[in-house]
Amino acid sequence: MSVATAPVGALMPESAPEATVSVRGIGKTYEGGVEALRNIDLDFPTGALTALLGPSGCGKTTLLKIIAGLLEPSSGEVRINGRPVTGPGPERAFVFQDFALMPWATVLRNVGFGLELRGVHRHEREQRARLAIEEVGLAGFEDRYPHELSGGMRQRVGLARALAVDAEVLLMDEPFSAVDEQTRRKFQEDLLRLRQIERKTFLFVTHSIEEAVYVADRVVLLSRRPGRVTQVIEPQIDRSASPEDIRRDRHYLDTVEEIWRGLRQYVA
Amino acid sequence: MRLFGFQIPMMTSLLVWIALWEIAGRAGWSFLIPPFSDILVALTQISSTPGFRDATVVTLRSFALGMVLAIAIGVPLGILMGRVRAADRLLGIWVNLFVSAPLTALVPVLMILFGFGEQTIVITVFLFAVWIIALDTRAGVLHVSPSLVEMGRSFGAGRLALYSKVIFWAVLPEILAGIRIGCIRGVKGVVIGQLLVSIIGYGALFELYSRNFLMEEFWALTILLFAFAILLSEAIAALERRVEYYAGVRS
Repeated sequence: MSVATAPVGALMPESAPEATVSVRGIGKTYEGGVEALRNIDLDFPTGALTALLGPSGCGKTTLLKIIAGLLEPSSGEVRINGRPVTGPGPERAFVFQDFALMPWATVLRNVGFGLELRGVHRHEREQRARLAIEEVGLAGFEDRYPHELSGGMRQRVGLARALAVDAEVLLMDEPFSAVDEQTRRKFQEDLLRLRQIERKTFLFVTHSIEEAVYVADRVVLLSRRPGRVTQVIEPQIDRSASPEDIRRDRHYLDTVEEIWRGLRQYVA
Repeated sequence: MRLFGFQIPMMTSLLVWIALWEIAGRAGWSFLIPPFSDILVALTQISSTPGFRDATVVTLRSFALGMVLAIAIGVPLGILMGRVRAADRLLGIWVNLFVSAPLTALVPVLMILFGFGEQTIVITVFLFAVWIIALDTRAGVLHVSPSLVEMGRSFGAGRLALYSKVIFWAVLPEILAGIRIGCIRGVKGVVIGQLLVSIIGYGALFELYSRNFLMEEFWALTILLFAFAILLSEAIAALERRVEYYAGVRS
């Protein structure tokens, strides 16, 4: 079942150079003195899906944006494959909570936008965008505009855009929080499927315990502001089972319960 | 519109007012109000004279030049104010002052500076139009969703790409709204400028017609200008409707 220390041995040793993303001593204090994060040390193993879980306002999105290079940390540093992060880079792709689609552009152009910014030739760009669109199940919607799509479909576009640039690290900021519950479940199942075919390092911010345990190999618990790592849990869940079986799995339910016990002290 | 169960075409009210004007004119209440039909006749007469054609060319040229200047400076100015707080603080007071100031009072000063020619008119049109374009653009920039900017940056947009591929398009609805209001103000600018300079373009014609009590010609020119301002504003509004679909879904 769940354990607090890394058990995976040979594949991911403690001093992990295999960790694609390593975070050392990250702290963030906003202008005006709000301390969002304090002394965060974390490794995100290559190929794993790590969920950052915590109460709202615990700085989990801040941490994700620091890793993305969108925010400057006040202290500490982030390394991707050993190289320090100074800004956004092509080895990372971001999926936004509010989708962040360009309303004036078609699905095809939105999905290919990361490639467009890198100067990829139109023909190749559109080919790769079409593949990504197919991968998220939106084939046939290439020429639609975002306002013609439902919330769930819009987030699929956001996901396809991140897949199209073929980054090693996928940073997802509460990607399913703005869609309805049914869509959300479908999304979580699709994410698991995607994880199996794409060998990427996933960082996933969420405030839903069930979601974190359901999709993640590792769940990092952050405390209320200033955010610190309180616990790292590795749910040992058999992902080959059907979605219904996973949601009824005893390990799954126990882990959710354990995390809830750890978090409930922060809930007033 | 429906009246007594009958479908009434859109421009009917305009026809009613024109009919009232015709009646008032025929009744001969005032030499200031000639019958509408006479005005239409005058319009066809003056529009074939070379003097009128020259005046139209001069007026349109000053207006177009002034507007091009106002857009070329107003849009970047608004984007600068929306993105850079220091620039906003420094320039905001002036832009807000000029947008509501009675700029007509400045035209005599412009005449001293730029002479009694087209240059003064171009500057007048520019001054009438530029501030509202800058202010609308600024408001639009402040409404651009921060996550759209983050999206651009995270996918590797440099400064140029961020502005040309993301921010500009996100602000386009507000820019067009600003240009539409700017154009209406620009028409005022060109008329007021020419009236005050009074020796070029329509200003000279207005001066000629009103001094000689040629009311038919005077009204013909006035109606022409009104129609021009409305048609221009409607044309831009039509353009605005084409991008409107995304103004509403941006938030």
